[in-house]
Order: sequence, then C-alpha cells, then structure tokens
Amino acid sequence: MNTQGIIHVSHLSKVYKTEGMETTALSDISFDIQKGEFVAIMGPSGSGKSTLMHILGALDTPTTGQYILDGENVENLTDDELADIRNKKIGFIFQAFNLLPRITVLQNVMLPMRYAGIPEEERKKTAQKYLEMVGLGHRLSHTSSQISGGQQQRVAIARGLAMNPALLLADEPTGNIASAQAEEIMAIFQELNNKQGHTIVMITHEPDIAAHSKRIITVKDGKIISDKKNPKPIPAKRTNAID
Amino acid sequence: METLLESLKTLTLNKLRTGLAMLGIVIGIGSVIALVSLGQASQQAIQNQIQSLGANLLTVNPGSQTSGTIRGAAGGATTLTNADATAIQTSPSITTISAVSPEVQKRVQVTAGRNNSNIQIIGVTAAYEGVHKITLTEGRFINDVDNNSLSKVIVIGQQVEANLFPTQDPLGQNIRINGISFRVIGITASKGGTGFLNQDNIGYIPLTTAQQQILGQTYLNTISLEAKSQDVMTQAENEVGYLLLARHKLTSPAQADFTILSQQDIANTASATTGTFTSLLSGIAAISLLVGGIGIMNIMLVTVTERTREIGLRKALGAKKQVITMQFLTESILLTFSGGLIGIVIGIIASYIFSSLSGSIFVISFPSILLAFVVSAGIGVLFGWYPASRAASLQPIEALRYE
Repeated sequence: MNTQGIIHVSHLSKVYKTEGMETTALSDISFDIQKGEFVAIMGPSGSGKSTLMHILGALDTPTTGQYILDGENVENLTDDELADIRNKKIGFIFQAFNLLPRITVLQNVMLPMRYAGIPEEERKKTAQKYLEMVGLGHRLSHTSSQISGGQQQRVAIARGLAMNPALLLADEPTGNIASAQAEEIMAIFQELNNKQGHTIVMITHEPDIAAHSKRIITVKDGKIISDKKNPKPIPAKRTNAID
Repeated sequence: METLLESLKTLTLNKLRTGLAMLGIVIGIGSVIALVSLGQASQQAIQNQIQSLGANLLTVNPGSQTSGTIRGAAGGATTLTNADATAIQTSPSITTISAVSPEVQKRVQVTAGRNNSNIQIIGVTAAYEGVHKITLTEGRFINDVDNNSLSKVIVIGQQVEANLFPTQDPLGQNIRINGISFRVIGITASKGGTGFLNQDNIGYIPLTTAQQQILGQTYLNTISLEAKSQDVMTQAENEVGYLLLARHKLTSPAQADFTILSQQDIANTASATTGTFTSLLSGIAAISLLVGGIGIMNIMLVTVTERTREIGLRKALGAKKQVITMQFLTESILLTFSGGLIGIVIGIIASYIFSSLSGSIFVISFPSILLAFVVSAGIGVLFGWYPASRAASLQPIEALRYE
C-alpha cells in the first residue's frame, strides 16, 4: 500500500436493506487516490455515486470492503470517532451549501474549528484568511441569506479548508449555482489543487464540470466502468466579476 | 459561553413560540411562589396575633359536663369556680405560675346615648391586664378595689369607642349593659384581629360585678394563667391539671372536666391548618409546573425535527454527540430558567398585590425562590434531555437528506 495515498478503497460494497428487500448501491469498488490529485467521480443519478461520496466522507460505513483515509482505517468506528475524522481530515462542500442561516459568514467558517476546540482568536484569524482567499474578505459579517449562491458556495469552500483537511470532498458543488459562478468555483478548486497541493474529490454528473479535473472515475450501477487520467484539464478563470 | 449566546439567539428568533413555551413554567413557578408566600404570611400573622395575646399564657376552660352517661357540650360545665382560681394562686404545689386571671364572658348588646353595639363583655380581675398584655391609651384598668366594691366601671376597646362614642371622649361617659350604667374609666390600645377574634370590640368590667349583676353565675368561663417562663409551660400545665383534678375529686386525667391549652397549642393548631391549605395549593401549582415541563419537551421535540438538517450539518462538520446534546439542553434550560425568573417576579408581584389588598403582611420566602430557580433549571434538564439526546443520535446522512 502506498504510504502517500490519501484514499485507499478496496473491494468496497454497500447493500441497503429496506423491508426485506436488498438493494446493492455499490459493489466491489477499488481505487486509490494520491496526495495532490483532483478527481471527479461521474455518473448518472442512481449510479451509486452519492453512496460512494457518503462513505468517502465518513458519513456512512461500507457493508464490506476496506476504506483507509489518510492512513486511518474507517471501520468499526463509533459515531464520535467518525465525527472526529470528518472534523480533522475532510472538508465538505455540499450542493446545497449548507451554511447555518442564523450566524454570520465568519462564524460559519469558524464552526469546524470550534468543534476541534481551537481557541476563538485563532479561529477568527484562520477563518478570515480563508475567506479572503475565496474573495469574500469584505463579507465577513453578512449572513448567508444576504449573499448570492456562488458566494455561499465560496464560504462553504472556506469552511471546508478551515481545518486544513487531507481531503476536500465536494458533492455536486456547482449544482445549485449559475454557470458563470460555477466557473469561479472551478477556478478556486484548480488554484487550491495546483498551487497549494490540496487533494480534491468532486462528485458531479456534468461532463463539462468534470472536465476541469485531472482524473475522471465513472460509476454506473454501483460499479466503476472507467477510471481515466484527464491529460488536459480545462483551465477556469477567476473573474470576481459577480460580487 | 458561545453555546449560550447561540441558544439565546435561536430562542429570540421565534419570540412567540419561545414565549408560549415558557408560559407554562411562568404560571407554575409564579403560582408556587405566590401561594407559598401567602401561606407564610398568614402563618406569621397568626403567630403574631397569638404572641400578642401573651406567649406564656395557659388557658383553663371547663370541659363538658357528664351526668351519668350523657356528655354535655364542651365548655358547658359549671365546675370551674373562683375557689379554683384562688387555689391555683395560693396552693404550695403550684410553683411555676406567676399570675392567675379568672374570667367570665358574654356577648351583650350595649348602648351609649343613641348609639348601640354588640360587644364581648369580659369580667376580669386586676391580674388580667398583666396576663393578657393589655396596654391602655387613656385612663386606668380594672383594679382590686373595683372588684371588692362591685364597682360599675368599664374599660373599652378601640372598636367600642369608635362605635359608641364617634364624636366625644368616652372617659367618664356611661355605657348601659342590661339596663345598668357603667362608667368608662379606660381605653385599651388596639390589638388587631377581625371577626370573632377582634380584640378591640371588647369591654372589660370587674369580675364580681359581671358574675353577680350581668350573668348571675358563680362559676368561671376561663382561668388564664401566666407561666413564669416559656420553658416551664409543660410543668405548669401538669401542676395545674393535677391540682384541679384533686379539687374536683377526679382520679384520672381521662375524667377531667376541664381542658388546659397553652397559647403555643393554639398557635400550632392554627399554623397546621394554614400549612395544610398552603401545601395543598402548592401541590396544584406543582402540577401546573409539570404540565409546563411537558410543554417544553413538546416544543423542543418540534425544534429538533425542524432543525434536522442543521444537526446533520453540524455532525458532518465534526460535532460530537455531547456537543449537540449540550446545545439543545442549553436551549431548554435557558427556556425554563428564564420562565422561572419571570414566574418568580410575577409571583412576588401577585402576592404583594394580594397582601396589600387584604391588608395582611407581605412575606418573601427566600428558600422558596431559591428552590424555584433550581426546580425550573431542573425541569429544563429533565424535559430537555430526551429531545436533546434524540438530536444527538441523528445520523448525519439521514439528517442532511431531510427536507
């Protein structure tokens, strides 16, 4: 096993049991993701890519198979241990942004650091740094309802980066926002990946979004049907036009 | 601290709901505080009144007359005599009694000029003044000379003065009782009390005059005794009891044709009555507190359901079970605690208004306020626990999917 690996998945399967019916969402999935990769996981709806994302995000556990995240075996862990792994190793970016509506942008970004027990001053400084990086340094005290969808997703990216995780896990990050803003999000991803060496796994069903990544894994009916390098990722430009 | 501020923010977001949720606690705590404070006020009022009648006081009353197998009414016996009173005063076996006041009493209609009133007439000796702690505002009290010479003199209470002599000084004026004129020689200071207990609607006349000219009886209605101190009350009770048994030729206390009551006995009985009443009402108030707590639980369960997505997100970002539990517990404790606080204020105001309307004393019981604080916070924990632990055990993916 490669020690540089961020993700090691072998013979992973997930079976749901509802009312006596067994539904196989994933069967015999195996792949490795190294540090510094930018991977898109593609597939139509119902292909099992969401289930895969939940398992990769330590939100769910596989029925069989092995999942090692950044050297940590995510098996037989208690809820609290899983919470700790999510907190320290994974930065989530959701399709629906999932910012807390009642607190400010800054407080949203500070939230994961609070669960890690980091002192308030440091949290504030770090959150501010990442918000400036995604171009929202001037929106710190707004609430999520006061900013656009694209801006909300950038806040979510800053929140994902807050704990400096081993893996950025994005679930349809552009699904709920306009295409010009989607371009901006992709530009940020590429910058994080190229300049800062962040490992990014992005779930999407849109081929033109997937085309920004360096490697594309396609899933269908719970199986991997292709796993290819993308030699020429389409570069996205940061515009900052829609602020 | 941050959790506290966050909870505060959440609760102020939906003010109507927060207010309604708190209402049960407010009413519960408020009524407990008000009722306890009213109960204590009335208990203290009784104590004060009884203390003002003399703390070392023992009262000997005739029991029921038993002739053959027929038992008469309590207090109806005619066995308590002037000789008994004299014996208590002079007997060498009595060591703990400092004063003896033989008394007779009757309610009579009295007139003065064109005014009339129904008052309590008490036939007394000079000892009455000391035993019952009578103070005079004007004139003098009944003395031994009055008794020896069957004087027709009267000392009246404030209420009698107000009723019979609204416009003039009563001293030296005459009051007619059963057609006999009594000259007013003194006026007592107010002792308070209402209705039957009114200590101011009384006229005091010499015992001999009362027995021979008004009542036509040789027996006594009451012998009041003053013990030397509060510590010898029981001993005094026994000494007097055995002396009277011997004088009445009775062999055992079970046959006694008299009863001896200490002032403390009366106070205790009265306190016990109001105490029962207070705890009964407080019990009802406590039930409303329980109902309030269930209301809190209900609201917290609704809140948890409404915020399923938020809980899922927090867990996805790394919040452990304990963090989520604490967040919701903080909210419910904050709810009940501030409800309790408002309840305490309302309870105090209510009992203040009630006491000033009814003219009774106003008492705040600090232990009950402290208890109210603890109880309201406790209700928050008790009824917040289940919703909070339900929130904490939500699975993050289920919660994130929830619409």
